[in-house]
Amino acid sequence: MEREPAGTEEPRPPGRRRRREGRTRTVRSNLLPPPGAEDPAAGAAKGERRRRRGCAQHLADNRLKTTKYTLLSFLPKNLFEQFHRPANVYFVFIALLNFVPAVNAFQPGLALAPVLFILAITAFRDLWEDYSRHRSDHKINHLGCLVFSREEKKYVNRFWKEIHVGDFVRLRCNEIFPADILLLSSSDPDGLCHIETANLDGETNLKRRQVVRGFSELVSEFNPLTFTSVIECEKPNNDLSRFRGCIIHDNGKKAGLYKENLLLRGCTLRNTDAVVGIVIYAGHETKALLNNSGPRYKRSKLERQMNCDVLWCVLLLVCMSLFSAVGHGLWIWRYQEKKSLFYVPKSDGSSLSPVTAAVYSFLTMIIVLQVLIPISLYVSIEIVKACQVYFINQDMQLYDEETDSQLQCRALNITEDLGQIQYIFSDKTGTLTENKMVFRRCTVSGVEYSHDANAQRLARYQEADSEEEEVVPRGGSVSQRGSIGSHQSVRVVHRTQSTKSHRRTGSRAEAKRASMLSKHTAFSSPMEKDITPDPKLLEKVSECDKSLAVARHQEHLLAHLSPELSDVFDFFIALTICNTVVVTSPDQPRTKVRVRFELKSPVKTIEDFLRRFTPSCLTSGCSSIGSLAANKSSHKLGSSFPSTPSSDGMLLRLEERLGQPTSAIASNSYSSQADNWASELAQEQESERELRYEAESPDEAALVYAARAYNCVLVERLHDQVSVELPHLGRLTFELLHTLGFDSVRKRMSVVIRHPLTDEINVYTKGADSVVMDLLQPCSSVDARGRHQKKIRSKTQNYLNLYAAEGLRTLCIAKRVLSKEEYACWLQSHLEAESSLENSEELLFQSAIRLETNLHLLGATGIEDRLQDGVPETISKLRQAGLQIWVLTGDKQETAVNIAYACKLLDHDEEVITLNATSQEACAALLDQCLRYVQSRGLQRAPEKTKGKVSMRFSSLCPPSASTASGRRPSLVIDGRSLAYALEKNLEDKFLFLAKQCRSVLCCRSTPLQKSMVVKLVRSKLKAMTLAIGDGANDVSMIQVADVGVGISGQEGMQAVMASDFAVPKFRYLERLLILHGHWCYSRLANMVLYFFYKNTMFVGLLFWFQFFCGFSASAMIDQWYLIFFNLLFSSLPPLVTGVLDRDVPANVLLTNPQLYKSGQNMEEYRPRTFWFNMADATFQSLVCFSIPYLAYYDSNVDLFTWGTPIVTIALLTFLLHLGIETKTWTWLNWITCGFSVLLFFTVALIYNASCATCYPPSNPYWTMQALLGDPVFYLTCLMTPVAALLPRLFFRSLQGSVFPTQLQLARQLTRKSPRRCSAPKETFAQGRLPKDSGTEHSSGRTVKTSVPLSQPSWHTQQPVCSLEASGEPSTVDMSMPLREHTLLEGLSALSPMSSAPGEAVLRSPGGCPEESKVRAASTGRVTPLSSLFSLPTFSLLNWISSWSLVSRLGSVLQFSRTEQLADGQAGRGVPVQPHSGRSGLQGPDHRLLIGASSRRSQ
Amino acid sequence: MAMNYNAKDEVDGGPPCAPGGTAKTRRPDNTAFKQQRLPAWQPILTAGTVLPIFFIIGLIFIPIGIGIFVTSNNIREIEGNVFMYYGLSNFYQNHRRYVKSRDDSQLNGDSSALLNPSKECEPYRRNEDKPIAPCGAIANSMFNDTLELFLIGNDSYPIPIALKKKGIAWWTDKNVKFRNPPGGDNLEERFKGTTKPVNWLKPVYMLDSDPDNNGFINEDFIVWMRTAALPTFRKLYRLIERKNDLHPTLPAGRYSLNVTYNYPVHYFDGRKRMILSTISWMGGKNPFLGIAYIAVGSISFLLGVVLLVINHKYRNSSNTADITI
Repeated sequence: MEREPAGTEEPRPPGRRRRREGRTRTVRSNLLPPPGAEDPAAGAAKGERRRRRGCAQHLADNRLKTTKYTLLSFLPKNLFEQFHRPANVYFVFIALLNFVPAVNAFQPGLALAPVLFILAITAFRDLWEDYSRHRSDHKINHLGCLVFSREEKKYVNRFWKEIHVGDFVRLRCNEIFPADILLLSSSDPDGLCHIETANLDGETNLKRRQVVRGFSELVSEFNPLTFTSVIECEKPNNDLSRFRGCIIHDNGKKAGLYKENLLLRGCTLRNTDAVVGIVIYAGHETKALLNNSGPRYKRSKLERQMNCDVLWCVLLLVCMSLFSAVGHGLWIWRYQEKKSLFYVPKSDGSSLSPVTAAVYSFLTMIIVLQVLIPISLYVSIEIVKACQVYFINQDMQLYDEETDSQLQCRALNITEDLGQIQYIFSDKTGTLTENKMVFRRCTVSGVEYSHDANAQRLARYQEADSEEEEVVPRGGSVSQRGSIGSHQSVRVVHRTQSTKSHRRTGSRAEAKRASMLSKHTAFSSPMEKDITPDPKLLEKVSECDKSLAVARHQEHLLAHLSPELSDVFDFFIALTICNTVVVTSPDQPRTKVRVRFELKSPVKTIEDFLRRFTPSCLTSGCSSIGSLAANKSSHKLGSSFPSTPSSDGMLLRLEERLGQPTSAIASNSYSSQADNWASELAQEQESERELRYEAESPDEAALVYAARAYNCVLVERLHDQVSVELPHLGRLTFELLHTLGFDSVRKRMSVVIRHPLTDEINVYTKGADSVVMDLLQPCSSVDARGRHQKKIRSKTQNYLNLYAAEGLRTLCIAKRVLSKEEYACWLQSHLEAESSLENSEELLFQSAIRLETNLHLLGATGIEDRLQDGVPETISKLRQAGLQIWVLTGDKQETAVNIAYACKLLDHDEEVITLNATSQEACAALLDQCLRYVQSRGLQRAPEKTKGKVSMRFSSLCPPSASTASGRRPSLVIDGRSLAYALEKNLEDKFLFLAKQCRSVLCCRSTPLQKSMVVKLVRSKLKAMTLAIGDGANDVSMIQVADVGVGISGQEGMQAVMASDFAVPKFRYLERLLILHGHWCYSRLANMVLYFFYKNTMFVGLLFWFQFFCGFSASAMIDQWYLIFFNLLFSSLPPLVTGVLDRDVPANVLLTNPQLYKSGQNMEEYRPRTFWFNMADATFQSLVCFSIPYLAYYDSNVDLFTWGTPIVTIALLTFLLHLGIETKTWTWLNWITCGFSVLLFFTVALIYNASCATCYPPSNPYWTMQALLGDPVFYLTCLMTPVAALLPRLFFRSLQGSVFPTQLQLARQLTRKSPRRCSAPKETFAQGRLPKDSGTEHSSGRTVKTSVPLSQPSWHTQQPVCSLEASGEPSTVDMSMPLREHTLLEGLSALSPMSSAPGEAVLRSPGGCPEESKVRAASTGRVTPLSSLFSLPTFSLLNWISSWSLVSRLGSVLQFSRTEQLADGQAGRGVPVQPHSGRSGLQGPDHRLLIGASSRRSQ
Repeated sequence: MAMNYNAKDEVDGGPPCAPGGTAKTRRPDNTAFKQQRLPAWQPILTAGTVLPIFFIIGLIFIPIGIGIFVTSNNIREIEGNVFMYYGLSNFYQNHRRYVKSRDDSQLNGDSSALLNPSKECEPYRRNEDKPIAPCGAIANSMFNDTLELFLIGNDSYPIPIALKKKGIAWWTDKNVKFRNPPGGDNLEERFKGTTKPVNWLKPVYMLDSDPDNNGFINEDFIVWMRTAALPTFRKLYRLIERKNDLHPTLPAGRYSLNVTYNYPVHYFDGRKRMILSTISWMGGKNPFLGIAYIAVGSISFLLGVVLLVINHKYRNSSNTADITI
């Protein structure tokens, strides 16, 4: 096969340039005849092939090859890789040492056997993995795809692997892109196509891609043959979000290429009939593959510790060998001159010098004692870990039904790290919360619509979850329940009857399944979609809709509406169109047949603007739009109206509706209501058509769905127009002039539209309240309108604060009406900004700011990001397990703090230190101050601590730090800015010290980099084991930095999962993963590692003791076969089974007593002490196992190997019995493997000893075992020795189990007792304990509280605040109210007689009494008033909250709840804001005072 | 059709979009094994649970020990067959290079190994260009004293005790492992071309007159070739068979031992002994095993008592034992 260099064949100027620059790649069509080809027709095929080859020389083709080896390269390459492991090198070295005759201990071939065995196992595993990779490669390579063929002049089917750079590929809807393709043509009239990148990053929302500029204008079908342009683009890189290049047309024109033009390999084409593109990067040069890194290999903490101990073993080995070498030298020196009969001279008859003999002996000893370094340990650990991963993957309770996903272990070798975690760093959104944004409530024009029915609906989802799924939709029960929401319940009834989908009634799991059927739509679970409208607001909407419909052809349309109604109308228009949501109906991709407006938008030039905005054009355009829209909508309504059977159903529904009590909507007249329904029905029919909203963020989708609930339906979004369907007005088409996208600096987005009804140019802005409120039009307080506006604003602000306090995400909606002159003026500058080449971003930003001013406030929305199931419980469990939980979120402080309260991260009765600094110095000062404060508290507690130590039992059970932790440690809230200061080199130690003292830390507004810095800091400075959990791309860095990274495979995509070691479907699975599996994995592996060390030391000990009786000659009484295969065959299986299956504490006990997890944190199972204790025991046992046979056979006629065989047998039995002591659960597998080991040993021994009479020198074991089996002494020794060897261990273990049991042993004993029995003494114990110790130690007091939650009811009674969530109540008002109410209540409690009883109890308790009892008393007393307080007007509350938020904006405020701080002269800085101290029962009045003070200050 | 894009990614999970066709969920099987719920016996080691084990061990071991001890002590009475041993002390037959220094093929009668012994026999492989048979250090250092036992009667006329030379080696050694080289009837003929070990007085084919106990299958030789485990050892030398049931094998009286001294041991501080012993069901006389059993049994019993006390003392607390934070 001839191979011509491509360069000489094809003179390619760009190619040369590529070489010169080395940074770009040039792609041209493969269909072009090579320049200079003589006969294009004849040489076409040849030319193409040649070109292909030419391409292949420097550009990767599309063949996927992820295999590491080929048949030929496998052996050398694999061996090379395996010898990167030092242990393998060591073992091979020892095996090779055996080939040196002077020092060999075994038959050389035999000594190689175990090493080869281990290497073979690893090689086999690698081979298998490689083969499976090859298979999947093969599958992918042979996927089919349409490629344009030059010969056939049409698209033909080819395999993926045959695609080359420069080929033209045509893809149809729902096909996967085989390579990175430049989009040249789309069936979409606008030259758009939608892709889904789920395969790449897991994001299921659609992304829009655009045909290369210059090709979108093509009218006819794109013809690849006419493509003569040259594409220059970047070298292949792995940046998914970046692509730059340019296309040079024949006429020399250049056009830029951006990432919007590139279709990435692995993405799926959606919503578009067909696209054509040219391949830019293929195969391994595609961005997807460049991004793909294999599984990660981390070294676990346990393994690091083990490696350290392996080094100790090496040291021990060397010492033993040295000792015996010296011994042998002395022996030789003593005996060789004495004509000893047993002295063997060198082979030439000369005598050996003692030094040489010692050196030889040293080397031989190393060979003989090599067993000390456990060759099988590494293999065994790998096997055990593989099994652990398997079991974790198989755990049914880590399987999430909603997402049909189970836990994935992506890192295969750090399972045991899960059992030693000390710090958890968690993201908030999507990790603690569901990242399902649910529209919760809103305020429009200063009026709050509380959406109670909506709250109930959300509550129902929660209930349905807790009640587990019911197959029958509970329509009836729902309608009974709906007291206010009769309207809503009507809907429920007819829905459940008419459609099968469980929209409002089904459990979340069912709903999820339903949404999975229509998969690939993100953020659209029924819970998010089906918002129950507030009746009052709905009424207003329809009212204004109707009046608009009546007056639609009049001038000054909106003037007919009252300002409030007009606001309402604009509010919903804004909700509907101020976003980037894409509307799709997946069943039928958009067709080319579509009415196109000649006006193309966004407006590109001033001329364009002038042309488009002349009055004549406006009117005509408007009318045409209007009529068209009306036609279209009526047509649609007609066509979509159901055929007979369903219209029957509709009648039925109508009847039902009429039959329903309508008291709730009393204001409406009957007829208008009916009218309303009719249109509503039509509307429903319309929406039944299953429009899908593809949103980039869940908030957007939530708002669009909310608007839909108010019959304001977004039906179509093109890049130049948005269509909204209204019940009376029909379809309104808004001309979209500009979209100013969301960015994190502006914190808002805007759309500029032309209103079809008024022809005004409107700006709708949606953004964070803090920003939007400042951009509002200043309103004069002179005229009534301005005053009214001001009032609305302050009301809205109040509601916004309330929303934030509830943990809702708030958004403000505002509007601005632009006059044409203003718009023209702005447009001018905006176009300049757009066209400017330098700092265009900055200019655009300025331009946006210019547009978004003088806004008119419409209203605000509160979106709930619901907590995931079981988050508070999980957090409290994890905390009981001694884990420190830090939340690092990018969210704002108020929301984060409230979510933290909701998920029990912060407690109401604990102090919160809030650190908001505006400068480095302020931050330093604040840190100092906090530290002083915390230390002063620490001093207070110091005597308590020492006293606590007196009661040995309990202080030993809990580490001192934890004991203070469970007491009254404050929590720390820090914002991103202060965090940036605190992470500076000079402050980080202080910050860390402070954070260490705190119970929990909440970092708000933190960037991804800060997140990873915090993790890194804790990891390196505190030497703690860290776990980071997150779900989004912003958590990736943190996940990678932490010891264990956990990704949540939620809605935000797969980037976090890809970077993680473990991927869980929900946060709550973390509890089981850590507390159960982590603990098991750690304890299993730790015990197995210890056992292996014991086993090898004990075995080597036997050989070593013998050296004292054989002149240190490195002789072994154990047959070499036993020596070599003992570890590998006879004693390997039982520890493996124990290592895989042992459950030191049963699952339910571990889960109900999370504090058992601390054993892993404290490395109780495997620490240096246990290691050396273990080694000492091994030494003792080997001494016993050696000396008993020694004494039993002393001065007898036993020969060397007949004496050695019982020793091996004894060793084997001792190992198994030792394992028996250490095994906590005996399953049939344990029994079988133990039996099998013994049986195998005897079988092998008998066969081996009978096999050959003259083989296996020097031991020549012929008939040894057979002879021994006839010797009663053999049995007697084998019976007694293991018992004697293990007596101390057994005694110690049982003594420990009784006298000073560890937590784990206690837990194990607990399982033995019946639940009734185990809870009863606990109570008595607690009661008996409390009065005695209450004054001294907090932890024991706390015991009472937290050791109870074994059973749910007791949890309820003891922790009334959390019972709200636990019982599945809606976590909205109720959830956040208590914490405000709480303070209120505490204020009241001191004044009102209401809580006098608990108050007295508090006062009666002795001076040093722990707060715990007070809290308990207070909380029990609080149960009843809590509900009654709900009905209290929240007016004062609101005031308080608003003042708080104002205070918090003042800047550097250290927020303490302690009065001393104020008295301390820090009053200028310290403003109490979180008066949730546990002592507030006594300090209530103070708080009230302080609150008053702070609000005064703010005014 | 979705493809698992990350071919390198070996985790089976992959992106959440499962292939459209498969309705199968990923829910793991609910089996006891996979869910780690295998029924299991869960022993808990506390004083209360373990103490029966200690008592049982004590109760079993002490009687066994007593039994062994008694048996071992009864061996003194010279009844039944009496075994005559020679004992050596400070003799390292277990030295590594010594143990290796033999050629089992040669001893098995392999004619090629006879004339070309294994290298392991060096430096006792060849002597004056002739292969040594049997080669090696073990054979070379064979014990070659002769012991004769006489009963000195009343008339001071010593009666030689009949010492049986055969039956002292393992049956398998004599019949399977050790064989004379093949060849004619004449043993000397079969060992032609070889020379005796340096230390030996006589060649191997002149060890005994009995052809069934000569050459490599000489039982004294076979016994010596079974290298002792420890530097102090004894080896069976002769058997004194019981004549009839009426008389003891060795009646009471004065005996004299005649030693033909060939084997020097004092160079290396060694010692030689001669032991007469009978054998019980558990071998020769060794009081250790019995004592050890009694000791272990007693210790176990004692520990059991300790545990009993502890159990009594801590029972209450262990009942209320609870996990606390």
